[in-house]
Amino acid sequence: MIRRLMLAAAVAALPVVALAGDARRDAILADYAAKARAADKGFSAFSAQRGETLFRTKWTGGDARTSSCTACHTANPRQPGQNAKTGRPIEPVAVSVNPKRFTDPATVEKQFTRDCRSVLGRDCTPLEKGDYITFMAGQ
Amino acid sequence: MRPLTFTLLATLLLLTFPARAGNDWMPPVRDATVQKECGTCHMAFQPGFLPARSWTRMMGSLSDHFGEDASLPDDKTEIIRNYLTANAGDVVNWGRAARYMQWVAPGGTPQRITENPDFLRKHRFPESVWKNPKVVTKSNCVACHSGAERGLYE
Ligand code: HEC
Ligand code: HEC
Ligand code: HEC
Repeated sequence: MIRRLMLAAAVAALPVVALAGDARRDAILADYAAKARAADKGFSAFSAQRGETLFRTKWTGGDARTSSCTACHTANPRQPGQNAKTGRPIEPVAVSVNPKRFTDPATVEKQFTRDCRSVLGRDCTPLEKGDYITFMAGQ
Repeated sequence: MRPLTFTLLATLLLLTFPARAGNDWMPPVRDATVQKECGTCHMAFQPGFLPARSWTRMMGSLSDHFGEDASLPDDKTEIIRNYLTANAGDVVNWGRAARYMQWVAPGGTPQRITENPDFLRKHRFPESVWKNPKVVTKSNCVACHSGAERGLYE
């Protein structure tokens, strides 16, 4: 009986853990949400769909070798990527296969700055950053 | 039989060890900050391939690093500059590092390892090799030298 109870409790806890994600990632998202709201009072929530569009769009403002995030992170974020400029392999960016992703705020900010300038030729907005992480957290 | 195998092994070890540790080994990067910050876009290259003044110049121009913005906060830049200059080719000045330094003009501040004549001499490959999608560029040492990050180039 006790064993069955424990099992039931464990099973019940599982999806909650998966949904709750990582507290550090949640804090990063909350920070971007506050900035997005400051920029636009109409902001309501991040969108995985907008994040996917950002990820797949071919931009024209940046480096010709990297017109899209997929140039290095590949079209499938669950797959390993490769840096189009240096050939160096890159670990998958989808959170489901790489749970460390988007958990260190300094790394996240540094890479957004570098990669958005390289691809879009400008910085990404807090809204775009939050959308992107939301998309990857569901991948 | 046993002693013979042992002697053979010992001789082999003696033969290969000095060749590796003595002449051809390039001391790898042992600093965590350098490994992390200079190993994101490409492998963290060993400081022994360039003289200290080259690293000083590079660390002073990270915002335009081969067309990339590789800038870092000042405290990290300082740690990395100190490590690279303290372990630079003209400081180590021994083995492979010394061989690379022979080709550096007095006062010169080369920024590329892949333009050193010692590198060029060993890498005369057809263009198709460099265009291979796994290689992409000459500076992708790891694509061909699996031990590159440990300083092993054979
Ligand atoms: C030139 C190749 C390249 C392109 C193009 C690129 N990235 Fe990256 N990205 C990297 C590298 C290299 C890393 C760091 C290595 C790693 O984290 O595995 C990285 C990591 C990241 C991270 C940090 C993830 C983490 O671990 O927390 C974010 C965020 C990111 N990229 C966003 C983007 C976005 C958004 C785009 C498109 C606008 C993009 N990247 C396009 C190379 C690229
Ligand atoms: C934002 C990405 C990025 C970061 C971060 C970065 N580099 Fe580079 N680095 C490059 C690119 C791109 C090249 C040119 C590669 C090529 O043309 O083959 C390069 C080339 C080099 C080369 C010359 C390679 C050759 O051809 O001999 C050296 C040396 C070098 N980097 C050192 C460093 C050091 C030291 C750091 C850390 C302070 C660093 N890099 C950080 C992108 C980066
Ligand atoms: C396309 C593959 C390829 C790439 C990329 C490459 N190498 Fe090499 N390298 C070779 C081959 C093959 C040899 C052996 C050539 C020979 O023995 O004549 C070699 C030889 C060497 C040697 C001489 C080894 C000895 O026996 O003395 C050194 C040092 C070296 N490479 C360093 C580098 C460094 C540093 C990089 C990156 C900056 C690099 N290589 C990139 C293929 C490559």
